[in-house]
Amino acid sequence: MAHTEKKHHITPYSTYIIVWLALVIFTSITVTVAGISLGTYTLLVALFIAAIKSALVINIFMHIKFDESIFKVFLILSGTTLFVIFLLTFFDFLYR
Amino acid sequence: MTNSSAVLNQKSFYEEGNTKAKSGLAAWIFSTDHKRIGLMYLSAIAIFFSVAAIIGIFMRLELISTGKDLMDAQTYNTLFTLHGVIMIFLFIIPGIPAVFGNFFLPLQLGARDVSFPRLNLFSFWIYITGAILVLLSLVLPGGPIDTGWTFYIPYSVRSGTNISLAIFAAFVLGFSSILTGINFITTVHRLRAPGMSWFKMPLFVWATYATAWIQIIATPVIAITIVLVIIERLFGVGIFDPSLGGDPILYQHLFWIYSHPAVYIMILPAMGVVSEIIPTFARRTIFGYKAIAISSLAIAFVGYLVWAHHMFTSGMSDTARWIFSLLTFLVALPSGVKVFNWVATMYKGSIDPKPPFLWVMNFIFLFSIGGLTGLVLGSLVTDVHLHDTYFVVAHFHYVMFGGTGTIFFAALYYWFPKIFGKMYNIKTANIGVALFFVAFNLLYFPKFILGYMGMPRRYYDFLPEFESLQFVSTVGSWLMLITLILIIWNLMHGILRGRKSESNPWGGVTLEWHTSSPPPLENFKVIPEVKHEPYDFSQLEDMKND
Repeated sequence: MAHTEKKHHITPYSTYIIVWLALVIFTSITVTVAGISLGTYTLLVALFIAAIKSALVINIFMHIKFDESIFKVFLILSGTTLFVIFLLTFFDFLYR
Repeated sequence: MTNSSAVLNQKSFYEEGNTKAKSGLAAWIFSTDHKRIGLMYLSAIAIFFSVAAIIGIFMRLELISTGKDLMDAQTYNTLFTLHGVIMIFLFIIPGIPAVFGNFFLPLQLGARDVSFPRLNLFSFWIYITGAILVLLSLVLPGGPIDTGWTFYIPYSVRSGTNISLAIFAAFVLGFSSILTGINFITTVHRLRAPGMSWFKMPLFVWATYATAWIQIIATPVIAITIVLVIIERLFGVGIFDPSLGGDPILYQHLFWIYSHPAVYIMILPAMGVVSEIIPTFARRTIFGYKAIAISSLAIAFVGYLVWAHHMFTSGMSDTARWIFSLLTFLVALPSGVKVFNWVATMYKGSIDPKPPFLWVMNFIFLFSIGGLTGLVLGSLVTDVHLHDTYFVVAHFHYVMFGGTGTIFFAALYYWFPKIFGKMYNIKTANIGVALFFVAFNLLYFPKFILGYMGMPRRYYDFLPEFESLQFVSTVGSWLMLITLILIIWNLMHGILRGRKSESNPWGGVTLEWHTSSPPPLENFKVIPEVKHEPYDFSQLEDMKND
């Protein structure tokens, strides 16, 4: 198979620091929300924030944003499976 | 294409290795050759299968009549747990992918090895490490585990036996499975021979590919669950145990989110082997190639959506119960696609009923019974009556032993001349297949009736009205033991003293039959170029002339 030299994307340090700060802020929000009584929605909010944090880590720290599309396909496949698993589990958790 | 005569004088992979040591144990245990690794898995798995089978025989001996016969209840609990743990985690999950996937995936793709040969060897040693940890859990203070292979909470948190070590062993074994999955997916994506498009891949490759995805996506779930159980046992954190504020049903969800797809890790590669054997012995291209290929992916995907059908009586919500029951019936569709296409392939074929084909016939019969009784258990109404009875045990063994176990033997008989370059005794092999069919049904069919009558699973004693059927089942276990000894003896005799086999005794056309038997170190002298469909038997004449 022919190999072609690909130009690697170099992410500036400032981006890493901004993303790190964003992760810290989102973690603080998660902790704060856990202290507020939102009932069933507490978990949904926590999962939503966790999803945003995962997207940041995967795209920036793991460089997926700048990589070949096949890796995005793999990740979307795994992410969709995880989402379906959560969704189906909630049919038990929410209606028990 | 690489032809057989061109490689006749090549050294086989037995004669030429890729380690510093030219022979002896070191030439095997440090070898990164996918074929040697496949055979090392075969040796290890054969030992574990034999041990677990013997444990099963002892369990059946205890059940020959009412009351205590051979062992007390605690010993029986330990034995059925060990039987399950060894058969599931050490035999049937790694079985076909690790042995035949390793040996034949690169050969069928026209590659020299898997993408990451060192990682492949590492996976094997992780597997052995996991197996050693299982053995350690038997002998260390605390004693062997007694929870059943499902490690259900809260008992697995409270039992004083070596649960933490045993489930840690499953954790380690899981890593072996994940790494093998990564290796196979990369190999399929990157190392296909020139001309081999996705829809020219053999169906065993498709099945192994779909399985590898399940290994990667599902196995981490059990790994995380195991870590949570260990944390709960060691530090008393209330995750699953209700007395600590945990949710035991959550454990069952997490366990089955892995363990149900794991059922497809067990059966999908077996279905791939069936799709190889039937066209070869029916001398006819496979009917519905694309439908079978895509049904493997469909089974892998739908397999994720049905896990809670193991939990209909656990106390989960009614909404979840009917949703999972509905989804369970969906799995029957891609499974049915496969079975109908196999049967259609045989229609008007020129059938040559050699032992591998006869094993497949065993499979179709036994697996169909296993699959259809699965629908009985997938229905809410009937499951409430049959849950945790011998009916489940019978269903499970028809699917797993009658399905995957049978095809493990089919694959051994089919690829035996390719792996060893020798031939076993065909007549003895035929007798083995017939005896297996009788022994299997004698051993397991009474369990359907016993389950329907109300005999619960995992009890060492039973009511007097179950005695006659229990006795029949035990007699079946003796016949099964004799059959297994005959099958293994025939194979061992074939390896040691069998006559030399032709390169392609069955007339197969997939790429592994285009090289010598046994294959050389890097499989092919020249990487073949694929010009035919995978089951195009018109190339057979060209292969003979080459």
